[in-house]
Amino acid sequence: MNFIETFRVAFEAILSNKVRSGLTMLGVIIGVMAVILLVSIGEGARVYITKELTGLGTNLLIIQPGKTTASGGFHPPSAGTVRKLTYDDALALRRRAWLLTDAVPIVLGSGRIKFMNLGRDVMVIGATPEFQRVRNLFVDSGNYITQSDVDSKMKIVVLGAKVKQELFGDQNPLGKVVMLSDARYRVVGVMRKKGTSLGMDVDDIVYVPVTSGQELFDTDSLFEIIASTPRAEDVERATAQMKDILMKRHAHKEDFTIQTQGAILSTMDTILGVLTAVLGGIAGISLVVGGIGIMNIMLVSVRERTREIGIRKALGARNRDIMAQFMIEAITLSGAGGVIGILLGVGLALLIPMFVTVLPTSVSAWSIIMAFTFSGAVGVFFGVYPARRAALQDPIQALRYE
Amino acid sequence: MIELAEITKTYRMGEVDFTVLSGVSLKVQSGELIAIMGPSGSGKSTIMNIIGCLDRPTSGTYRFEDREIDTMTDDELASIRNAKIGFVFQTFNLLTRFSALKNVEVPLIYSGVPARLRKERAVPLLEKVGLADRMHHKPTELSGGQQQRVAIARALVNNPPLLLADEPTGNLDSRSGEDILKILTGLNEQGVTVIIVTHDQNVAARCKRIINVKDGQILNDQVRA
Repeated sequence: MNFIETFRVAFEAILSNKVRSGLTMLGVIIGVMAVILLVSIGEGARVYITKELTGLGTNLLIIQPGKTTASGGFHPPSAGTVRKLTYDDALALRRRAWLLTDAVPIVLGSGRIKFMNLGRDVMVIGATPEFQRVRNLFVDSGNYITQSDVDSKMKIVVLGAKVKQELFGDQNPLGKVVMLSDARYRVVGVMRKKGTSLGMDVDDIVYVPVTSGQELFDTDSLFEIIASTPRAEDVERATAQMKDILMKRHAHKEDFTIQTQGAILSTMDTILGVLTAVLGGIAGISLVVGGIGIMNIMLVSVRERTREIGIRKALGARNRDIMAQFMIEAITLSGAGGVIGILLGVGLALLIPMFVTVLPTSVSAWSIIMAFTFSGAVGVFFGVYPARRAALQDPIQALRYE
Repeated sequence: MIELAEITKTYRMGEVDFTVLSGVSLKVQSGELIAIMGPSGSGKSTIMNIIGCLDRPTSGTYRFEDREIDTMTDDELASIRNAKIGFVFQTFNLLTRFSALKNVEVPLIYSGVPARLRKERAVPLLEKVGLADRMHHKPTELSGGQQQRVAIARALVNNPPLLLADEPTGNLDSRSGEDILKILTGLNEQGVTVIIVTHDQNVAARCKRIINVKDGQILNDQVRA
């Protein structure tokens, strides 16, 4: 019996009981759909975060006070730091770390900004002019912080687009004086709208000179220093150089942590890769359940067709002919379920971002190939037992079966 | 053509051995028309199953066309059933999902005949048994006599030298039964060896040789003049 013939016999058997075949396939359809959908959500998150992190500026190095043993990843800013990171540290890096293009000292805090009778709680970043460059920020009107603002602790502020809109509406804010945590600051610039990045509204921020920021928050320490290198290849050497310079200034203690954007990126990538695998695995369980459904129905089908098996054997079907018939039936069920599941899964994965904009998805070829292969394998695995049972029927008993 | 020597068949039912055949020896020449008779439980169906290569004897030897059957594998038995033996059953045993034509084609599927040639061979046989106009009907749309004629056409499609009929008229009215007997005896006249298992004296009366079976043994074996 050739393959096409076996396939046709199997196909006729499937079509002869459409409702049952459909319900059986549904298990596989849902399983495959779940695998593709969940993997695409996991992948979507990974692609999104990678893109956002890259968008923050490449070749970045972040120096934070305090020593953490783990490398890479995000670290909470440590409280009770052994030794602080100071503005002078940043200046030293700027002077002596020739591998760096920038070394931007940053202070970070929150404050209440008031103009007339309007007030708003905002994030305040104290920075130097280079911050604009390392973070890819652009001024919409007026100016950004200048070096002389930093040097002379000028009480000036640059507003994020949203802050400006909330406080001033359509008025021109340039030259106006606002109250920032009870100190008077003059508005010198407004940033171009940028939107949210990693859940943080970049437009809801105000910028002040780092020196004024330290005074505002009453601290002589920095939140971090952001440094950058001209090329990604220089990051490693630059790290060593900065460590050398800072340790000399910190009594030969490594009481700071240098993170590279690449390390953060690869850590996030690993975490989200694991997340995707876990999601896929959970969905895979439903595919296995679908496979058990196929086995169940195939066993019923073998029993129902016991007499048919007997007849076919009497007419010259070999054991392997019967085996092939039921195997192909099981594989056809799971394979067709797999194809439908892929179509539905990909369709949903493409539809979701249109309706749920916070949930990016990315359909990957490997998840489709994997889901299809797996559904086929499920058919083979769960089809073997019923098919063997069919093939090994004793022809006489099968013929007598009522 | 067929040679059974000291065939025994024992089934094990739980702890007890249940002997169905105890020492059956039998020779069948090519072209014979034989009735095997006996009460139910006498073992006549088991003899038939062994001759038809559906069952294996517990001991004894079975030679079919000078080949040892009892040492063959399941696949070899399947190919003998396919090419050498046609079966006609009391309950017709047609595949209800398929048309009469498809049913007749089934043995050809297992002998590897391509689809186009299958139809070419099946159609004349259905015409021969008088079902030219019903070949696209399903078995449920056919009368008992018509179903049995489909079954005969199916049994003949590979031109087997041996036709085994197990109570072929048992489920039919006397007229349809007569039609079926005519077809079977007609086939025998064309040289096919036919063995019919039956209780029916009238059926047996049409055969040249009658073998009576009782309690798993051959009681008598008479060739009629």
